[in-house]
Amino acid sequence: MPVYPRILPVGEAAFTVEFGDAVDEALNRQVHALDAALRACPVPGLVETVPTYRSLLVMYDPQVRAADAMRTALTDALNVLATTELPAGRLVEIPVRYGGEAGPDLADVATHCGMTEAAVIELHAQPVYTVAMLGFAPGFAYLLGLPEALATPRLATPRLRVPPGSVGIAGAQTGVYALATPGGWRIVGRTDRVLFDPGRAEPFTLRAGDRVRFVPL
Amino acid sequence: MSNSAVLDVLDPGLLTTVQDAGRRGWARYGVPPSGPLDEAAFAAANELVGNPSDAAALEITFTGPTLRVGRECLIAVCGADFVLWVGALPVPTWHALYVRAGQIVTFGTRRNGARAYLAVSGGIALPPFLGSQATYLPGGFGGLDGRALRAGDRLPLGPAAICNPAQAAGRVWPVERRPPYTPQPTVRVVLGPQDDYFTPEGLATFLNSAYQLTPEADRMGVRLQGSPIAHRGPTGIVSDGVVAGSIQVPPDGQPIVMLADHQTTGGYPKIATVVRADLPLLAQCLPGDRVSFAAVTVAEAQHACEPWRRVGITPSPG
Repeated sequence: MPVYPRILPVGEAAFTVEFGDAVDEALNRQVHALDAALRACPVPGLVETVPTYRSLLVMYDPQVRAADAMRTALTDALNVLATTELPAGRLVEIPVRYGGEAGPDLADVATHCGMTEAAVIELHAQPVYTVAMLGFAPGFAYLLGLPEALATPRLATPRLRVPPGSVGIAGAQTGVYALATPGGWRIVGRTDRVLFDPGRAEPFTLRAGDRVRFVPL
Repeated sequence: MSNSAVLDVLDPGLLTTVQDAGRRGWARYGVPPSGPLDEAAFAAANELVGNPSDAAALEITFTGPTLRVGRECLIAVCGADFVLWVGALPVPTWHALYVRAGQIVTFGTRRNGARAYLAVSGGIALPPFLGSQATYLPGGFGGLDGRALRAGDRLPLGPAAICNPAQAAGRVWPVERRPPYTPQPTVRVVLGPQDDYFTPEGLATFLNSAYQLTPEADRMGVRLQGSPIAHRGPTGIVSDGVVAGSIQVPPDGQPIVMLADHQTTGGYPKIATVVRADLPLLAQCLPGDRVSFAAVTVAEAQHACEPWRRVGITPSPG
């Protein structure tokens, strides 16, 4: 059994710092804590970081800092981390139109979960979710915290185009599409809030580590 | 922009996109770096025409374009080897070429390789998107309206650093600084981060057999085919970060090498990561070419980049 956290090479210009091997809120908090620590106090040679469910990808410039020195810097950051509190993420409220044209799979999710559409909406809008990571496509937010009763398998055949702002369920996960992309998640609703605008100072509305609440319209 | 400081696209070729050194700092939002698949040829073309090595240039895939150059300048074409003309004059690749205002650059037959880079002195000067001109086709952004070039497009050029292009022409990029392109490359890799997801036999298969490039090869990645690599147990992981060069092995055991337009996260175990210096070798492979992998240490991989990443070396006169 591996001992966590562990620092693994990703080629010669990146490391991944693994905190575990599960989709788990406590593990994900550790990822965001290390990410926040590295961003607050940048290590020379660090290029960028990518927080994911259970690990932080750390890209660096080997011309500035060799692998051994970077590994030492990450180990030091992990040691400090053990003694610090993670600041709470921002709370972002996202207004959502559930069902109808905006949520074409709401009825299927309700049928699969054995509840009414209204109950699905109420349950989905209840939790405060955490943005575990952004990935798959620009701005796509994977959220932690979906109530187990709402777990529904993906579509057998993915849609060629899911509109931006769509809110979906896939297995035990829920997520939000920032851009129009192909996708196989069950779409239960959509927000009119613009989640990606390259003209803004902060082009993406959601950041990894944010907390999210859906507000039914 | 003065009307003459443009590159007119008369024929776009099969797939020609604007690329600069790539989009850094946005991977945490799911945005891949994009940029040239063959960084070595891209940087060489830029340096030959007196540009910074990260200036925006054209990435040309399989079939080359026909372009009219609006002002007197230097151009260079590096990477895949094409028959090439400036006006009616046949000209070589890997050379700084003088082009008079209004002359036409024509690409002919491709002799080998998959991708060439055409740099113009002054560089292409489109508005950046998230800090970069690199075209990301799946997202529909960067470059010219997030798409491949079309006939009739006009690309603005930036101010050139070279004041006398006619005099600066003729320099050649030294052969020893070009990547050793071959249809049977041995590509160096650093094992991991999920090499522990594979059996010892699976790792041996990966390192001791050749894998053929399939036609499923684009800017996002290349799918290879050969002896299946055996997983030890689970064939999926909790999704984590991906880089250019990550080698994913899905349940069928056939490796996929991720390239510049890769998804930033992925759920297949990654057996190894291609050393950055050797990505150009893969970028120039064609379907049917055979790729082998050789494991190196991180320290060896860090030295591997040095031959073509040294900057400030003046190319020898041709």
